[in-house]
Amino acid sequence: MGWGVLARAVSPGDLVAAREQMALSLGWHIVLACFGVGLPGLTAFMEWRGIRTGKAEYTALAHRWSKAMGVLFAVGAVSGTILSFEMGLLWPGLMGTYGQVIGLPFALEGFAFFIEAVFVGIYLYGWDRLSPRVHLLTAVPVAVSGVASAFFVVCANAWMNQPRGFDLVDGKLTSVRPWAAMFNPATAPETIHMILAAFMVTGFGTAAVYAVGLLRGRRDVYHRLGFLVPFTFAAIVTPLQIAAGDYAARFLAGYQPAKLAAIEGVPQTGSHIPLHIGGVWQDGRLRYALEIPDGLSLLVGYKPSTVVQGLDKVPVADRAPVTVVHLAFDLMVGIGFGLLALGLWLALTWWRRRDLPRYRWFLRLCVLAGLAAPAALESGWVVTEVGRQPWVVYGVLRTADAVNPAPGLVGGLVLVAATYLVLTVATVYVLRRIARAGRDEEPPIDAPQEPEPSEAIP
Amino acid sequence: MTAGQALLAVLWSGLTLYALLAGADFGAGFWDLFAGRGGAGRTRRDLIEHVIGPVWEANHVWLIFVLVLLWTGFPSVFAAVMSTLYVPLTLAALGIIGRGAAFAFRKASTVPWQQRVFGATFAVSSVLTPFFLGAVAGAIASGRVPPGLATGDLVRSWWNPTSWLGGVLAIGTCAYLATAYLCGDARRLAGTDVAEWYRRRALGTGVVVGVVALGGIAVLRSDAPGLFHGLTHRALPLVVASAVAGVASLILLALRRYLLVRFTAAAAVTAIVWGWAVAQYPHMLPPDTDYAAAQADQAVLVDTLIVTGVGTLILLPSLAWLLVLFQRSPRQSHRARQP
Repeated sequence: MGWGVLARAVSPGDLVAAREQMALSLGWHIVLACFGVGLPGLTAFMEWRGIRTGKAEYTALAHRWSKAMGVLFAVGAVSGTILSFEMGLLWPGLMGTYGQVIGLPFALEGFAFFIEAVFVGIYLYGWDRLSPRVHLLTAVPVAVSGVASAFFVVCANAWMNQPRGFDLVDGKLTSVRPWAAMFNPATAPETIHMILAAFMVTGFGTAAVYAVGLLRGRRDVYHRLGFLVPFTFAAIVTPLQIAAGDYAARFLAGYQPAKLAAIEGVPQTGSHIPLHIGGVWQDGRLRYALEIPDGLSLLVGYKPSTVVQGLDKVPVADRAPVTVVHLAFDLMVGIGFGLLALGLWLALTWWRRRDLPRYRWFLRLCVLAGLAAPAALESGWVVTEVGRQPWVVYGVLRTADAVNPAPGLVGGLVLVAATYLVLTVATVYVLRRIARAGRDEEPPIDAPQEPEPSEAIP
Repeated sequence: MTAGQALLAVLWSGLTLYALLAGADFGAGFWDLFAGRGGAGRTRRDLIEHVIGPVWEANHVWLIFVLVLLWTGFPSVFAAVMSTLYVPLTLAALGIIGRGAAFAFRKASTVPWQQRVFGATFAVSSVLTPFFLGAVAGAIASGRVPPGLATGDLVRSWWNPTSWLGGVLAIGTCAYLATAYLCGDARRLAGTDVAEWYRRRALGTGVVVGVVALGGIAVLRSDAPGLFHGLTHRALPLVVASAVAGVASLILLALRRYLLVRFTAAAAVTAIVWGWAVAQYPHMLPPDTDYAAAQADQAVLVDTLIVTGVGTLILLPSLAWLLVLFQRSPRQSHRARQP
């Protein structure tokens, strides 16, 4: 019988399986969630331009994106639900004790998500039931609650890095202060960084679809606008994001030095700490890395004499795996600056001759940017989550003590991984079909989502 | 009323709304599976798609709401339930993914074989998800989820007579609610033939669910004596109310009073959901774990109640607008625009 899997004894493999399953579900959902945060605003902007200018292409793009939004929101909603299941299925040791401490931002997120779901329903299905003005206005609560959900849910993650708002007396939780837990020191750096990341993923991701079209010679207004508007938006956000990232990293120097030491592979506390790019952690130091003298000290405190805490101050059992965290960080930063350069390229060309760069390489890189932006996002989450290990709640609760002691978590991982594989293939396939259908149809097109009553119900 | 009791009531209201609203969406998926082939089957499926399309996501959020309130207000109960019932809840979670994603994919695809694959996934997971959630309810109600992390039997906690009863009743209730709601929509949007098709199934499902529920009494008596005692004593008025509303629904269906059926069918389900709560109060995890022992810090309870109150003030008008908007006909009909 299939229960053989379940009859196995508890194993350390189950902890690994639980972490893999959480990483997979979270890493999958976060990309969808980004579109939930960013796409409503972009779509509404197109709809508004369509009404203002009367250009059919704006309206056609708004219709097309709202159709994609319908799919992305549905898949995002269910993949997000799984996460709230997994909080308990995989980490009951965390939730059973601290669920009440971080419950408030989740409750707020629940409402924000609820309002988003209601207005997404109205927006997607309301094209022919509301006046154009009212329809456009219904996108406002969608966009606002999307950003709000991201804020609330990242507040909970910030708390895992900077646990506040409770006292532990003899291992028992007392005097919980939910608002203090929610607005902890990590809240500002983390939420700002994540919301801007969501805008970048949406902008570069959407633009990439039309960059492909432009590369294939479809240089009509529809494709140019579909590329330019989201790309410009993301390119404007990029420098802000680099500043926000700098703020988040310097925040770590003060509040979570063990994570910064893992990110930068700093073995010894001291001043004049160099910045390492690339490399692997071997025998207690970063090898094969490009070294910039005094770089980290300068970044943290603006002068070479700035003291940076190293891993020597962290007990061996409490250190995060350096190579993974360090390389993920470098990848994220590298992509960030690459995207900045791409934005500057467009800005320069546009300033000189009001047009896209003529080089096909520009468009190829823009297609790549659509994949690189989510890759940077994932790397960032690897830095946050792996960099916090071995703690699930920094300094308070170890991940190994939070995991569900039930045997057979590996079986769950296999099932979930298979499901997500199918889900990925289907999502990509359906989105591609939507994009293609948009190209083939003559704008203006039919109202999205709403089935034609005459054909659906004779 | 203490803050803990208030939060418990809010939590249970959320669960009731999930059962009434999302339950009907799952039930619609059940009928999608049995809608038949050819043009007639297509018409019935189109009605389902048309009716649940705009609302299912909002209806689904009630579940997230319930989960969050549970871990915020009664964290140790959440941890015990989720860890012991790891298997059925993982399967329910996968069912939720399959249902929602496949529904959205089917709507976005135009190729017939894909629509069939997505449609089948949507329909099958609409049946499996309520089964596993019902089995979870049976596990808790029959006292098979002890406090602590994964301390219950990982298989027999949810694979037992009460859980089977819970699972089957959940599928039946969802299917019944869906037909009870769909009759009116069918008459309004798809004509008498479709309405009659759903009406016959509403009558049939209503009778079947009633019989299963009556037979279930015998199951509970031997398998979950504590729950049985509660249902036949303190919760008896609610059980009777549910039965009366159920019979009234059948009569109204026979008379084709579809608007009223919505209310009586919802009342029957509401009464039994609250009957369960009353039967096992004050235990959250029978036989021994009381809500009072499991509840969160007072500050958490109060702040959560305030947030819930304020959130509801914003949410309810929005939700009402959504539900009403799509009960009305389109502002400018497609039919009128087409030659």
